[in-house]
Amino acid sequence: MIEVLAAALPASIQDFGRPGYRHLGMPLSGALDPEWMRIANALAGNSASAAVLEMRLVGPRLRVHQPLAIGLGGEFSATIEGRDGTRRPAANWCGHQLAPGEILELGNLRSGIGYLAASGGFRVPPVLGSRSTYVRAGIGGLAGRCLVVGDRLDVGPDLPASVQRLGQAPRLDTGPIRVIAGPQAEYFTAAAWSDFLGAEFTVTREADRMGLRLDGSRLEHEPALGTDIVSDAVTPGAIQVPGDGKPIILLADCQTVGGYPKIATVIGADLRRLGHALPGQKIRFAAIGLDDALAARRAAATALEHCLAAMLPAAREFNLDALYGANLIDGVIDAGHAD
Amino acid sequence: MPRLLDLGDGALTLEFGDRIDPALSAKVMASRDALVGEALDGITDVVPTWRSLTVHFDPLRLGRQRLADCLLRCADALMQKSALATRWQIPVCFGGEYGPDLDAVAIATGRSPEAVIETLCATELRVFLLGFLPGFPYLGELPEWLHLPRRATPRGVVPANSLAIAGAQAAIYPWASPGGWHLLGRTPVRLFDLADTGRPALLAPGDNLRFTSIKADSYRQFQVAVAAGELDASHWRLP
Repeated sequence: MIEVLAAALPASIQDFGRPGYRHLGMPLSGALDPEWMRIANALAGNSASAAVLEMRLVGPRLRVHQPLAIGLGGEFSATIEGRDGTRRPAANWCGHQLAPGEILELGNLRSGIGYLAASGGFRVPPVLGSRSTYVRAGIGGLAGRCLVVGDRLDVGPDLPASVQRLGQAPRLDTGPIRVIAGPQAEYFTAAAWSDFLGAEFTVTREADRMGLRLDGSRLEHEPALGTDIVSDAVTPGAIQVPGDGKPIILLADCQTVGGYPKIATVIGADLRRLGHALPGQKIRFAAIGLDDALAARRAAATALEHCLAAMLPAAREFNLDALYGANLIDGVIDAGHAD
Repeated sequence: MPRLLDLGDGALTLEFGDRIDPALSAKVMASRDALVGEALDGITDVVPTWRSLTVHFDPLRLGRQRLADCLLRCADALMQKSALATRWQIPVCFGGEYGPDLDAVAIATGRSPEAVIETLCATELRVFLLGFLPGFPYLGELPEWLHLPRRATPRGVVPANSLAIAGAQAAIYPWASPGGWHLLGRTPVRLFDLADTGRPALLAPGDNLRFTSIKADSYRQFQVAVAAGELDASHWRLP
């Protein structure tokens, strides 16, 4: 069990999301960056789809009540506090073994979001095939909401023999966000298209798991077609432009249908980058074709496989407290392998 | 002619038109049924709306061209009596605390509250799509004299299970939510049941339903029975 000692900003349990129910109005949800989620799981010795904790900006402070392996997927300033009060830094892109009573302080995130995997996964009951939290309807995760102080999270019980680390931290691309035009491309003037692909946009403070509202050039609708459509389906990555001309990029928790024209849709390979976007960040767009989008998806999948295949056993930390703590409980950890 | 629109590289929309029109909806549902029959590997979600059908898919497992060809074939499918369509009878307690806008709707339309209830219960409604919230049905179409614009000021909280109308449409809120529609009554029927993984949403696009008017004491009896698990979805289904 993991106890939440402090949780300043939204942190929610996520997995690959809840596909198959969008015709019922149920959003997809799931990790904003499924690649980093997979990395975090691999570092902790978990299967790819184990439920993780997704954090934004600042991670919570957690006390571990059982021997536990964790994986840090993200750019945290994390520390582990032993039962004697000594603190040691917890490296990013690395797995760590914790003993009962130790405290994990995840601290500030230099990446917009980050993932904590715990051995065995966060064991909330699956809802419609997924443990992902969808806060708006109070579905999934821990009671359908983000973590609050005092929460107790079930994890485990599986413990890996060792934990892993990445040889090299993964980097997010910094080029323009690539999009496929449409499905309502014709609702926008030539000037709007020129601005959309030529100008820079800024992420506003209205940025959460449902979407990002952008500031920048006002994108004009074709007067003959107007600013509304009879609702049709949307998807994470769809870029809606309401009457005020300010684009909204939809993300994992977006509704299933929407009534604003969509100028373009972010390609699958670039979507996770937007999950990391913070208020004030600048965004540019580039339109590409479907073949290039498919090639980008393949390249991303291959790169992730390479990254996971190149993991190394984590360097051992000489931590008597962890060894004794672990062995005192039930001897699950072999002292010789308490990395 | 229907047209294909790419919604990014992981979704494809078959668009039949850009209006709210039962004839378009019939084509959407027919093509949906035909596509489900094809059972293509790599499709994750099939979402019908008033006027279009969107297929969410994994382009690494299912080629976009293969899906496009299949969708255009399905677009020609004729409306059949859908095997998935069901008829429902949904009890509603109208007016009073459950339907705080009933009197205002009656005044705005120049009819009596009883006439509003009678008309609603006499109209066979169709589920055109689910959206906005999980299990939230867009129902249509209402007789023209009942078409009203949304409330000037939306409510901060519409109670769960409220029956509401706006324009040509009616809806039932499965969850408490902000909303700008006119609240006419409340149903004891549970519209979204997370325990039922086979069919979590009671209603499905293409279904038909009628409302029946019930008194407040019946409403409370139904509510108790639903909470106790004594009335499952089949209780509200018409043969």
